[in-house]
Amino acid sequence: MTTTAPQYSEPPVGTDAEAIDVHAIRADFPILRQTVNGKPLIYMDNTATTQKPQAVIDALSDFYATRNANVHRGVHHLSVQATQAYEQARLKVRDFLGASRVEEIVYVRGTTEAINLVAQTYGRANIHAGDEVVISTMEHHSNIVPWQILCQQQGATLRVVPINDAGEFLFDEYEKLLGPRTKLVAVTHVSNAMGTVNPVERIIQRAHACGARVLIDGAQAVPHMKVDVRALDCDFYAFSGHKVFGPTGVGVLYGKFDVLDAMPPYQSGGDMIQTVSFEKTTYNDLPARFEAGTPNIAASIGLGAAIDYVTAIGLDRIARYERGLLHYTTEALSRIPEVRMIGTAADKASVVSFVVDGVHPHDVGTILDSEFGIAVRAGHHCAMPLMKRFNVPATVRASMAFYNTREEIDALAGAVKRVVEVFG
Amino acid sequence: MSDLDDLYQEIILDHNKSPRNRRKLEQADHTAEGYNPLCGDHVNVFINVENGVVKEVTFEGSGCAISTASASLMTEELKGKTLDEAKVLFKRFHGMITGEDRESSEEAGLGKLEVFSGVCRYPARVKCATLAWHTVRAALDSGGESVTTE
Ligand SMILES: Cc1ncc(COP(=O)(O)O)c(C=O)c1O
Repeated sequence: MTTTAPQYSEPPVGTDAEAIDVHAIRADFPILRQTVNGKPLIYMDNTATTQKPQAVIDALSDFYATRNANVHRGVHHLSVQATQAYEQARLKVRDFLGASRVEEIVYVRGTTEAINLVAQTYGRANIHAGDEVVISTMEHHSNIVPWQILCQQQGATLRVVPINDAGEFLFDEYEKLLGPRTKLVAVTHVSNAMGTVNPVERIIQRAHACGARVLIDGAQAVPHMKVDVRALDCDFYAFSGHKVFGPTGVGVLYGKFDVLDAMPPYQSGGDMIQTVSFEKTTYNDLPARFEAGTPNIAASIGLGAAIDYVTAIGLDRIARYERGLLHYTTEALSRIPEVRMIGTAADKASVVSFVVDGVHPHDVGTILDSEFGIAVRAGHHCAMPLMKRFNVPATVRASMAFYNTREEIDALAGAVKRVVEVFG
Repeated sequence: MSDLDDLYQEIILDHNKSPRNRRKLEQADHTAEGYNPLCGDHVNVFINVENGVVKEVTFEGSGCAISTASASLMTEELKGKTLDEAKVLFKRFHGMITGEDRESSEEAGLGKLEVFSGVCRYPARVKCATLAWHTVRAALDSGGESVTTE
């Protein structure tokens, strides 16, 4: 089976708000029709996970209803069908990321597993005592702890690029940290806690200039913008299906062919082998070598459907529409004197983190939910070092997707004003 | 606003704004530290016990309104109680918050602590309300170690 490269529509004329037909889009998401505590659900926790369009839900149930079988194992009809669908979804991922070869797309459980895979295979084979791994202050715990563990195992050192008060990556400081000992740079494309978009292209170039490999945590980038791994020239790129309108339980590790091909296996067992005898096992080709055991077949196919869905809307339109939402949200919340924004980078995705004077984020979150049906995240966003950097225990985070509306943002601002009144 | 008023009652808002007994007790004979990793709520409790009676109890820490008010009200309620009474109170309070033991807690007359009865409808907030209590129990049981709500 073949797929053609996705066709992106030209950015539309008109305002950002007109970039997509949001009401038509909302009709594709059954969960958005429900009420919470008697109020229509306003879902603004898209950074944690996104909602699923009917097309993705159908892909899952169609698979189980009509094609369920194990992949790469049977000569029977169903197994062939399942394998085809599973591999076709991989082609969609390849095109979605702009990768050159389908072998570069490894299915994993999510971003977390992708990063752990790289740390424990590439990392253990290539990073040794005295070497350095560079991350940034704004990383998600899943892009901190695997490197910490690796550094402990190997006697290497973890170096951390600081950020400024706006939540921006300090490029000058980064350059100072790089050196002959730097073996790997692992940085997030978009901060889940603040929405900051990092200058990953420059970060990658600079790392390559000193011979280091680069892993980009793309968990929060792929839902918001077109990503092209070849243009970026990253060595690894990781994302989670569930954060890009697909199912939970599947994610992707992209790796450059030559880099992946030289890596030792991760988990071992079925599917990742070519031949096994008790004396010696030879490993399978890419990407199967890194996919031991029965994978999440249905979720992978569901991810393919999610990619079709966002591609049909067009990531350029999505980015444009969300830019409007971000601007609108920032304006609306900034008009409330008690609100302080955490993360005011010049380049941001539609994620708004804030604190309310004198009110703990959990109290804000509870009131937003119980009184207004607004789902936001209140907490440390799996980025405790970042919270420490801003000297707050937690923040309230409203993260928007292309199905959010300006009316919902008005409701959010109204709700925050109400919080201020209750605690006033 | 009925539900919300139920959770954030005036007393809770008041104790959040001006917590009672929020200070360190220099010569405490029981202390413990409590932490709720989910929220980042953090509390230290300090207790002096004399002849089996809680003579003095204070706390320090930062957290949401529910956890701050709960710690504050707890210190008021515990003072003067025997250790056995304190244990019973904790059990009843816990029963009310988790919704596991509604009847007996109502009968027991938890007094001011009943302002937290609304918490049982907010499962995500139960740990906030019980953090200070768990910490006190740890302080009395072991004489000082760290507890978490996990
Ligand atoms: C930036 C970032 N990296 C990594 C992760 C981890 O993703 P997952 O839990 O799907 O493995 C997240 C999820 O919150 C994230 O936002």
